[in-house]
Amino acid sequence: MLKLIKNFNKKEWCLVLISFLLIFMQVWLELKMPDYMSEITKLVQTEGSKIQDIIINGGLMLLCAFGSLLSAVVVGYFIANLSSSFSMKIREKLFHKVESLSINEVKQFSTNSLITRTTNDITQVEMLIGMGLQLLVKAPITAIWAVTKILNKNWQWSAITGVAVVILLSVIGCLMLIVMPKFKIVQKLIDKLNGVTRENLTGIRVVRAFNAEKYQEEKFEEVNNKLTKQQLFNQKAFAIMSPIMYMVMNGLTLAIYFVGSYLIRDALMVDKLSLFGDMVVFSSYAMQVIMSFLMLAMIFMMLPRAQVSASRINEVLDTEITVKDGTLDKNITDEVGTVEFKNVSFKYPDAEEYLLKNISFKANKGETVAFIGSTGSGKSTLINLVPRFYDATSGEVLVDGVNVKEYKQEFLYNKIGYVPQKAVIFNGTVTSNVSYGDNGKEKNELQIKEAIRVAQATEFVEKMDEKYDSHLAQGGTNISGGQKQRLSIARAIARNPEIYIFDDSFSALDYKTDSILRHELKKYTKDATSLIVAQRIGTIMNADKILVLDNGTCVGMSTHKELLKSCEVYKQIALSQLSKEELANEGK
Amino acid sequence: MKENKTPRRPGPGHGPGMAPAEKAKDFKSAITRLVKELKSFRVLIILSLFLAVSGSILSIFTPNILSNLTDEITKGLVVNEKNLKELSTSISSSLSEEKMNNVMQDVLQMNLSQSNIINIMSSPEISDEDKSNFQNIINNANNENMLKDISNLPDSILQILFKDSNYNDNLITTRDKILFLKSLNNKDNINIPNSIANIIFDDIEINNTNISKNDQAVFISLMGNVDENTKPQELYGKIDKMPDSIKKVIKPFMDIEKIKQIALFLLILNLLSAVFTYIESISMTDVANKFARKLRSSISKKINKLPLKYFDNTTTGDTLSRVTNDVDTIAQSMNNSLATLVSAITLFVGTTIMMFVTNWIMAITAILASLIGFIFMFMVLGKSQKYFVQRQEELGNLNGHIEEIYSGLNVVKAYNGKKESDKKFMELNKKMYNANRKSQFLSGLMMPMMNFIGNFGYVAVCIVGALLTMNGKISFGVIVAFISYVRLFTSPLAQIAQAMTSLQSTAAASERVFEFVDEEEMDNQTSITRVLDKTKVKGNIEFKNVTFTYDGNDNPTINNFNATAKQSQKIAIVGPTGAGKTTMVNLLMKFYEITKGDILIDGVPIKELSRENIHDLFTMVLQDTWLFNGTVKENIIYNRENISDDRIKEVCKVVGLDHFIKTLPNGYESVISDNDSVSAGQRQLLTIARGMIEDSPFLILDEATSNVDTRTEELVQKAMDKLTEGRTSFIIAHRLSTIKNADLILVMKDGNIIEQGNHDELMDKNGFYADLYNSQFEL
Repeated sequence: MLKLIKNFNKKEWCLVLISFLLIFMQVWLELKMPDYMSEITKLVQTEGSKIQDIIINGGLMLLCAFGSLLSAVVVGYFIANLSSSFSMKIREKLFHKVESLSINEVKQFSTNSLITRTTNDITQVEMLIGMGLQLLVKAPITAIWAVTKILNKNWQWSAITGVAVVILLSVIGCLMLIVMPKFKIVQKLIDKLNGVTRENLTGIRVVRAFNAEKYQEEKFEEVNNKLTKQQLFNQKAFAIMSPIMYMVMNGLTLAIYFVGSYLIRDALMVDKLSLFGDMVVFSSYAMQVIMSFLMLAMIFMMLPRAQVSASRINEVLDTEITVKDGTLDKNITDEVGTVEFKNVSFKYPDAEEYLLKNISFKANKGETVAFIGSTGSGKSTLINLVPRFYDATSGEVLVDGVNVKEYKQEFLYNKIGYVPQKAVIFNGTVTSNVSYGDNGKEKNELQIKEAIRVAQATEFVEKMDEKYDSHLAQGGTNISGGQKQRLSIARAIARNPEIYIFDDSFSALDYKTDSILRHELKKYTKDATSLIVAQRIGTIMNADKILVLDNGTCVGMSTHKELLKSCEVYKQIALSQLSKEELANEGK
Repeated sequence: MKENKTPRRPGPGHGPGMAPAEKAKDFKSAITRLVKELKSFRVLIILSLFLAVSGSILSIFTPNILSNLTDEITKGLVVNEKNLKELSTSISSSLSEEKMNNVMQDVLQMNLSQSNIINIMSSPEISDEDKSNFQNIINNANNENMLKDISNLPDSILQILFKDSNYNDNLITTRDKILFLKSLNNKDNINIPNSIANIIFDDIEINNTNISKNDQAVFISLMGNVDENTKPQELYGKIDKMPDSIKKVIKPFMDIEKIKQIALFLLILNLLSAVFTYIESISMTDVANKFARKLRSSISKKINKLPLKYFDNTTTGDTLSRVTNDVDTIAQSMNNSLATLVSAITLFVGTTIMMFVTNWIMAITAILASLIGFIFMFMVLGKSQKYFVQRQEELGNLNGHIEEIYSGLNVVKAYNGKKESDKKFMELNKKMYNANRKSQFLSGLMMPMMNFIGNFGYVAVCIVGALLTMNGKISFGVIVAFISYVRLFTSPLAQIAQAMTSLQSTAAASERVFEFVDEEEMDNQTSITRVLDKTKVKGNIEFKNVTFTYDGNDNPTINNFNATAKQSQKIAIVGPTGAGKTTMVNLLMKFYEITKGDILIDGVPIKELSRENIHDLFTMVLQDTWLFNGTVKENIIYNRENISDDRIKEVCKVVGLDHFIKTLPNGYESVISDNDSVSAGQRQLLTIARGMIEDSPFLILDEATSNVDTRTEELVQKAMDKLTEGRTSFIIAHRLSTIKNADLILVMKDGNIIEQGNHDELMDKNGFYADLYNSQFEL
């Protein structure tokens, strides 16, 4: 938490300081008011006092009230500015940090978690600064100040106030101890309830096909009942808080008056009047003390949550970036469109097992190199080393003859057209999605239309209401998976890169589209180098070079025909997809 | 690390009651509906509302009683005027001029004999001036003030004039006489010696207390110089010095017994009100939560009664948010707002009445003072509404952008989209900052303004109260009461405003919940009596002129489709995406009702069969492998009963899952959760096992297109082959091997079956199918 607050700059610290002073003044004014109150009380009590005196005192009190309002408004303004600019700054910092994280680190945090950290967690911390900071300063000052004002007045009253504070705090404390852990249970149950409902909704066809409606309902009811029971317990326990609070506060006034009546009775005549005034004042100070303790209790409820949020934010901010940017931003070799792996091995930083072991190959300009293997064989990881989503643990990845680590990332990416396994669609139009990104070249309308055509997306795009300007929802929820994938491919084509990377990008397409697309692509990108990860033999059969991966090692590297003869793993994969005759036919 | 993401909806804003409520389309009918649904909780609700009202009424009376208490205490501050007056009159009557002159002569026995006069005049110790003064006095003898004049003479003269003497056998010394004389002349220093006091005062009895002559002397000596200008503080100081007997009589009287009674009464009221509040909130909590449970249940039940087409048009998130967010909003507002609203209104009305009953001038003062404040406040806050809306919007935009960039981070990086996204982020972040700043500032104003209104009311009440008190129109207690009234009066106004806002969102939430609950259900099936026994069904299916049109679509998705599937045949459905393959499945399973034509199972139209019956006849394995959070075993058994462990193991062996399950930490009892290491292929196998565990005559199989690694795919393939054995199977096929082996291939395009036949026949035709088939070998 403190670490985050260090992000304040000088001007902001100034604001904080001024706010502190203003809060100080506010407390002073607020505590001054009871003095006027007592003065007014005394004046009203004694016969023969002049109405002017009352009005003067009342006016002074109002002045105090107005002054405190004014300083509260100013403080509120400062704090609102402070907390919003704080959250803006942290959000920005976090956003930039996340952008520069490597895919591996993103995976470790999980995207969802990173999103909540950038949104909810920051809001939590912001709220603490917005409300908490004021309270955190005001409550103790008020408490201490009011206590000192009270203490030398009368020990009996002080004792009563003390008892009241202790009762309140212990009730709150007990409740916290009992109920707080249960809140976590409630959260879990809500998640579970959500889970069961989601399950029923996403599997609605299965549920119906199995006539399992009753089964699901019972499952839901079980969680529903548990949740209701837990909620009832929590809320009923909490229900005791407000009556006790009011009882203690009202009781405190009553007790002060009651004890006061004895004190007044036994006092000397001279002291009676001032004692009565003291009593009235004391009861209002006592309220202030109680209120400030309640405020403190509130902060202590808020603090842990904000603390957790703060540490989650810091966790991201403190993550060391493993993929560091290089400096090279121009070509220094004559090679164009080559990708070479030299003895590349890769493992996750903390892992023991290598995911890739001693991979070496070279893709020359215009060549298509394909990678195949079962899940977990490392083919996706391998291909992700080129755009530096990960960095090789040992060995070298060279693009155009230069180690990728030496390139400025922006420069490197301008050479690459990357199509991920899961198509990414941004909120925007078809055109804005296809022309996405910056590769140092202008993309005109014609190029974009051409890219869409090559990616076999023209037909469905033209069927859409606004054609190329049709709106696409975030995540592309308004188009199908195959359509998303085609647009995602079009995006890579529009960049006109030296090197294409297809990370299992064709699997969402049906065979026919897949085939036509690859055909068109080949025609369009004659000079470009392609790296393709695929599941289907059909997709890669005609590649110039096929690397067969098994458990991170390369068990075969050759053409389809050769591999069928020489590589057992490849043969198995091929046989599972195509019949023998088909495999034999293929050459024709 | 793992977050549960519930659908986002503009949540509550910063300040209480400040965020703009989501407005219901029809507030009145939504609330009416809500009330209707709450009927079964009537008793508890009425009880708690009654308690809330009672609690408020109790708190309305408290200030008045507190004011009584204060009045009682105040009595302890005021001197017993009556007794004081009685005492002073009787004492001053003892000191009347007449009595003085009469008695004093005898008491003092002033010796103005010639010899004394000569003594004085010749005394060397007396100054000439004093001597001439003395001369003057003597010359003016018979003057009424002679005694006074004499007392001004110096002691040296007086000592000669007054000698010790006896009066009624009491010795009165010269000193006493001189002291007495001096007292006559100097009000500030009255000191009546006992010997003389005994003579001039008579015992007085006030309220059964005897005040001795000496005490009276002390009284007179203390009170001698008291007049209208004497400050009360001074007067009270003198009273403290009085002898006990007098103190007892004139001291302020505080009726401790009565105070005790009032305090006890207040304590009881306080306790009672606390108990009321507690019972009220407990019963309201009970109602709210049980009602929430009921609502959730009915949504859950409803999910399974809705036609599938409903879910085509709504997202999972939408329904989920009704189950959680909306129900929660309703429960929360019932828990907090309902009772608050009722008690706040009671408090508001009650306080207003009580104030007018107590004192109408003060009442008007209090109401005016707080209303001015409130009007001002609402003016400020009314303007702030738009900032809250703006803040919610900006937050939504910003979060949307963050979500988009984070989830597409690899693309953002690889396409150098960072600059673009940064620019947009900065812009959104700045906008968010501005909206946030304004809305936070304005919502932060609420509390200080409330405080100020409270203080303003306080001062107004005090000043007007003081004026009235001075005119003797009201007692101090009334002011104390009004100080509380102002507080009681201002707080419900804010509460009512707050409760109304939350009522708004409740109405909107309940509208959404009931909208779902009232959604049109699937056709009633009670009239269906035909049942096909799955053990006796042969497995023939006939499609007869089947046409199906989705709601709202002009063109039929399936158009005049005819086909026959015989017992144990394998029917493959192929075609490009969007050709209507899934729709066929939906029609077979009676998820949708056929628009025209008929599907016959063993000659029986499915219209005459219940959905449950049809589902019973089919085993369905879908492409999206649906597993739930539970153990492997639970996922395989699912809702079937009486499945032995052996049967499960057998099925898993057949499917080829056995080995995989053995590698799991807890075998069949291992829990499968979302982000597990269970691969897509293994998931597929699990769903196949689930389908296989019970025999049915028909099978519907949707092959997975992607994300299955090749080795597992082989297993899946084998498992699927096993699954199709001996059943009439419909397979949405992606694998050529599957297609080639099919007895019948239905080639679909744009909702029509454009070709049908087996592989060889279709290849010979050299049409769409042949084209499709060959495409996979090209690059």
